[in-house]
Amino acid sequence: MTNHAIESAAKQTPDGLARRIRGLSDRAIAWIFVAPTIILLLAVNIFPLIWTIRLSFTNFRVNRPNKDVEWVGLRNYERILSDSDIWNTMQATAHFLIWTIVLQVLIGFTLAYLINKKFKGNDLWTTIIVFPMMLSPAVVGNFWTFLYQPQIGLFNYAIAFFTGADPASFSMIGDVHLAPWAIVIADTWMWTPFVMLICLAGLRSIPDSIYEAAECDRASKWRQFWTITIPMALPFLMLAVLFRGIENFKMFDLVVQLTGGGPGNTTTLTSIDLKREAFERWRTGYSSAYAVILFVTVFGLASIYVKALNKVKER
Amino acid sequence: MTDFINGLLGFRRGPWEMLASILIALGVVMLMQPFVLWLYSYSFVVTLVGTVMFVIVSHFRE
Repeated sequence: MTNHAIESAAKQTPDGLARRIRGLSDRAIAWIFVAPTIILLLAVNIFPLIWTIRLSFTNFRVNRPNKDVEWVGLRNYERILSDSDIWNTMQATAHFLIWTIVLQVLIGFTLAYLINKKFKGNDLWTTIIVFPMMLSPAVVGNFWTFLYQPQIGLFNYAIAFFTGADPASFSMIGDVHLAPWAIVIADTWMWTPFVMLICLAGLRSIPDSIYEAAECDRASKWRQFWTITIPMALPFLMLAVLFRGIENFKMFDLVVQLTGGGPGNTTTLTSIDLKREAFERWRTGYSSAYAVILFVTVFGLASIYVKALNKVKER
Repeated sequence: MTDFINGLLGFRRGPWEMLASILIALGVVMLMQPFVLWLYSYSFVVTLVGTVMFVIVSHFRE
């Protein structure tokens, strides 16, 4: 804003208000600026969290608002933590979480390492690799459903080409042993570019002078990789793991579109199960307790992870 | 080990954060392991204690 614009705005401020503002301390003015954000955060984040915790101790059902709400204490938590179906859901989530992170970090870092080398068509390849990340999860889910079709799916034909098996002899989505891997592959295809971009930022932040110094000391490429590249890119790698970990713990849309949680419950992740409890069976109190358990788990994990990340950055 | 115990007794942040982190990690492993149901049943308590402890001890002095 130019001085003239500021002066004209000041002139337009009513005398009474201007006098009142002039009388405020710096601290009070700072609070006036920060207050809208704090109020918004309280209304949008903190209040629903507290309300959810409160509901988790009741038998409230949102589809029966006129029914008396009973305080059930810890009963919802007891039921969730002794339910073997939810236990299986946790295991399915763990399988999905561990394998997607491992594959995405390995492939993402490798791609970033290759893209970081200067070659012709570098930018074009970056754009092509990043493309899956730009698609909507619903589109990717549909797209992979077709790829996994036993009769017409390209994925089955590619596997058949390499293994010699009949493409119609296996169904990635319909088989209880293959379906968990089907969602891992689709998520890895979609989100590896994201990990690659973060790793690429990390690799590009390493000054060339460090490698030049290592060359002068006759350090081999292998040694340079383990003692320069990996330690200096580690904070970025950890950041990528944090983002993907939190995101995949909440994974919903892609898996619902791809398998719908089936066959049976083999790909029912916690977020899918939670949605069913809350909005299909309408057990609001019960699902609130479920949500609190997931929240505490993610919050706890994120806390120790951020601490570890800060330690790595301090080194 | 002695330093760790002295740190705990002296209410230092480092050892207490380490203890809280171990509890959280243990709780998450208990939650997602496929072997014993009772470990799953007690996982939330362990994670909750670790998380609350982490929030409190992160305000301790270094």
